[in-house]
Amino acid sequence: MTTSESTPPPETGSTPPPATGAAPQGKARSLTWERRRTSVARFWRQYRSHRAGLYGLGALLLIAAIALAAPLLVGSDVQNVTGAPGKALESPSSRFPLGTDQYGRSLFGLLLYGARISLSVGLMAAALSVAIGTLIGILAGHFGGWFATVVMRITDWFLVMPALVLAIVLATVLSQSVWTVVLAIGVTSWPTTARLVRAQTLAVESRPYIERAQALGGGHGHIMARHVLPNVMPLVLAQTTLLISSAILTEATLAFLGLGDPNVVSWGGMLQEARETGAVSSGHWWYLAPPGLAIAVVALAFTLCGRAVESVLNPKLGTSR
Amino acid sequence: MHAVRGVDLTLAAGQKLGVAGESGCGKSTLALALLRLLPASAHLSGEILLDGEDVLTMKWGRLRAVRWAGASIVFQGAMHSLNAVHRIGDQIAEPLLIHGRATPAAARKRTAALLEQVGLPAARADAYPHELSGGQRQRVMIAMSLACDPHLIVADEPTTALDVMIQAQILRLIEQLVADQNISLLMISHDLAVLADTCDRLAVMYAGRVVEEGPAAAVHTAAHHPYAQALSAAFPRIGDPASRRAPRGLPGDPPDPARLPTGCTFHPRCPVALASCTQDDQPLREAAPHHHAACVHVSPAIPQGVSAP
Amino acid sequence: MTTAEAPATSPLLASRALHVTFPGRRGAPPAQAVDGVDLELAPGEIVALVGESGCGKTTLARTLLGLVRPTSGEVSFGGETLDYRARALKAYRKRVQLVLQDPSGSLNPRHTVYDAVAEGLRIHGHPGDERAAVAEALSRAGLRPPERFFLRYPHELSGGQRQRVVIAGALVLGPELIVADEPVASLDASVRGEILALLLKLRDELGLSALVVTHDLGLAWNIADRVAVMYLGRIVESGPVEDVLTHPQHPYTQALLSVLPEADGEPVVLSGEPPDPSRIPSGCRFHARCQVLASGRAEEAGVADKCRTEPLPVLPAHADGPQVACHWAAARRVPRPGGPQE
Repeated sequence: MTTSESTPPPETGSTPPPATGAAPQGKARSLTWERRRTSVARFWRQYRSHRAGLYGLGALLLIAAIALAAPLLVGSDVQNVTGAPGKALESPSSRFPLGTDQYGRSLFGLLLYGARISLSVGLMAAALSVAIGTLIGILAGHFGGWFATVVMRITDWFLVMPALVLAIVLATVLSQSVWTVVLAIGVTSWPTTARLVRAQTLAVESRPYIERAQALGGGHGHIMARHVLPNVMPLVLAQTTLLISSAILTEATLAFLGLGDPNVVSWGGMLQEARETGAVSSGHWWYLAPPGLAIAVVALAFTLCGRAVESVLNPKLGTSR
Repeated sequence: MHAVRGVDLTLAAGQKLGVAGESGCGKSTLALALLRLLPASAHLSGEILLDGEDVLTMKWGRLRAVRWAGASIVFQGAMHSLNAVHRIGDQIAEPLLIHGRATPAAARKRTAALLEQVGLPAARADAYPHELSGGQRQRVMIAMSLACDPHLIVADEPTTALDVMIQAQILRLIEQLVADQNISLLMISHDLAVLADTCDRLAVMYAGRVVEEGPAAAVHTAAHHPYAQALSAAFPRIGDPASRRAPRGLPGDPPDPARLPTGCTFHPRCPVALASCTQDDQPLREAAPHHHAACVHVSPAIPQGVSAP
Repeated sequence: MTTAEAPATSPLLASRALHVTFPGRRGAPPAQAVDGVDLELAPGEIVALVGESGCGKTTLARTLLGLVRPTSGEVSFGGETLDYRARALKAYRKRVQLVLQDPSGSLNPRHTVYDAVAEGLRIHGHPGDERAAVAEALSRAGLRPPERFFLRYPHELSGGQRQRVVIAGALVLGPELIVADEPVASLDASVRGEILALLLKLRDELGLSALVVTHDLGLAWNIADRVAVMYLGRIVESGPVEDVLTHPQHPYTQALLSVLPEADGEPVVLSGEPPDPSRIPSGCRFHARCQVLASGRAEEAGVADKCRTEPLPVLPAHADGPQVACHWAAARRVPRPGGPQE
């Protein structure tokens, strides 16, 4: 459809690299670098036009900065139960902006620290889940036949299984640690990704360039890595950003149910402790509301980013055009 | 972006007009504009008179009536223009029922008659589009366009992507229907030879404008505009020693409608361009009786025009 | 490049009694897409394989490329039988290249022109300067200066330029044969001639052979040396382009030529669709649609029964003159006792 003229140079700033006498290796590398730079620039230009995505990104950067700087902001011994600075269950004051918990720890400090766990667990669990899903989806889509049938039946089995229940069982059986939570979320949430990736793989594999690659001598690995993967990547990337928010929610749920790592503070864990100390009945909103809101804000921010990434990478899905 | 820029065409009742050109030259836009089928963002100016009535200023209700009863359109992608989940019989009968022209029973009867008219057994009315071959689907499209007895059929690349034999079948069918029912035909294609074979007059479009217009045979065999010459040389005559082992094309690519060259839009690809062509746009001039071409080399005194490059 | 030294008599690519059968779906009988084909291609020769869609020409091309394994028969290249083990097949793919119909589809939208052309080099491990090889292939394919195209994406190119990129990607490995499946069918009319001229130029400059699969007889006239007409999995007529296209012997070839817009005489429009490769008729496979049989001319020549019952032999792969698999044509040619003239 889009035919461009041959004579003028390309408009997207992809100027020809200088034909200097550098080593061929260096030339090829600079070419690759140049190309990546242009495509990142193009991505950012399009992303910028999604205002909701920008808000989400801004919120995420802020939260990430706070999480990284938490030890500097509130000191690294906030989690320490023994040397707690305040009395139990204080109301908000200038010293403790959000009051204290039942051990006398600053809830504000705990909230900032909780961001570390929520973000890292969310990211790792989503990455694990998407990695499993992508691998299984591509393999099933590429090889087909009985292999795909078996793999997809297993996927279906995981898909219909209530993920939360499975995660609870896993978190109960394994030792209580952050890694268990990551594993429990990762292992239960991959089937949707696998289905999506398989469908996309099948679509890509029916394109003529796959046949061209075969005729060029490319094997299974080449086709999956060079052709299928780049074409499912946008989908995978968007899926990852969307999965992070649900992973954060699942992490909070597991922690709320008392299945998180008892040695670290997380938002879900704070909510659980608030419930146990009777914050709901006694009206201690400063104990309940901040972690709940924090979970909601982070999940929303990731969703906003995810939608924006999705509509930039898959313009057909988005409503922006 | 100007997809179509100042096109004047006349089609007499019962006449067959061919519009040739390549992708992006505006020929499909022109076809859609005739029935006001362009998206709302498109801006149209000028007049489109159908039986003396201006389609552009028509009221919505009247336009709907005209779209079916006055003129109908046959698109190129028969698979995409048919709804995959409805039986073809229902799709053919749809306009009859919408316009309240027939009872369901009468519509069924008419559908059967239409299918037979386009060379398909009436029993195929129960088939779904995917059960038909490409040629059969194109026949269904033609049957649909005939449903409300139009005066004009606009056929946009009706045979592209069909095999030679099926193409011959479809062209023959169109010709026969047009002749039998005294329908006017506007046929759009990139294949000048096919158009010359089917139509009475030919118009060649380039970059949204008609660059040559005249009797079909004359435009095909003795074109004046270098672009029309290139188009007719693109599909060789078998047995012609001049084209044996000598495929002919034009250097360069069709222009981007958003960035048209200055002057005569064809000059960057033209083998006989003069220096003045980069500045001066050429209007259509009379090259022979009833034959016009928009080229600086055309002058009425020399009816032969420029020689082939 | 290296083929120039090969004696002209030994074929570059040959198939012997090639059959490809696809299993039928949901209990349907198996489809014999290629049903006995002997075909040879000399070094530096351009052969057009012509037929309607569904006649098996695309399957034949894919089988010759080793993308489809024949049910029986063999493909040989440079005198050696094609070996379907992965390593041998990969080596073969360096020497034979594919160009597909739809240039937009045969380029990965996420790869730049440079990547698309360099793909073959990377698969086969190119020892030299990759950038120089890519630049040379692009300029050979008519994209000059090549550097300007390196970083472009397929969607930024016109259809003709995309097809040139595909051809450059095939050329970069220095192949001896290009198999092109409808190389110009989806291109604009004015660009078509340029791409065909490029194929001719590559043959002249590099001695590149080409097998062009098409339904377009004009294309064969434009560039091919020999033409093979295929019908229902078998070659029914073959020979030098001048002979076959100007004096067709087989009724099917005659019909195909007669429906071209500018053909002389009355067009012979065969009714119906091309028949089903899962139900090949007995006798001559064309007899059910044959206009010569239908008009009674086969009866006059006394071959009508043969047409309906006696199968025709597979045409030999190599011959200097035209050959035809038709009872009627054979009966007309051999005994000519002042019998039926044309």
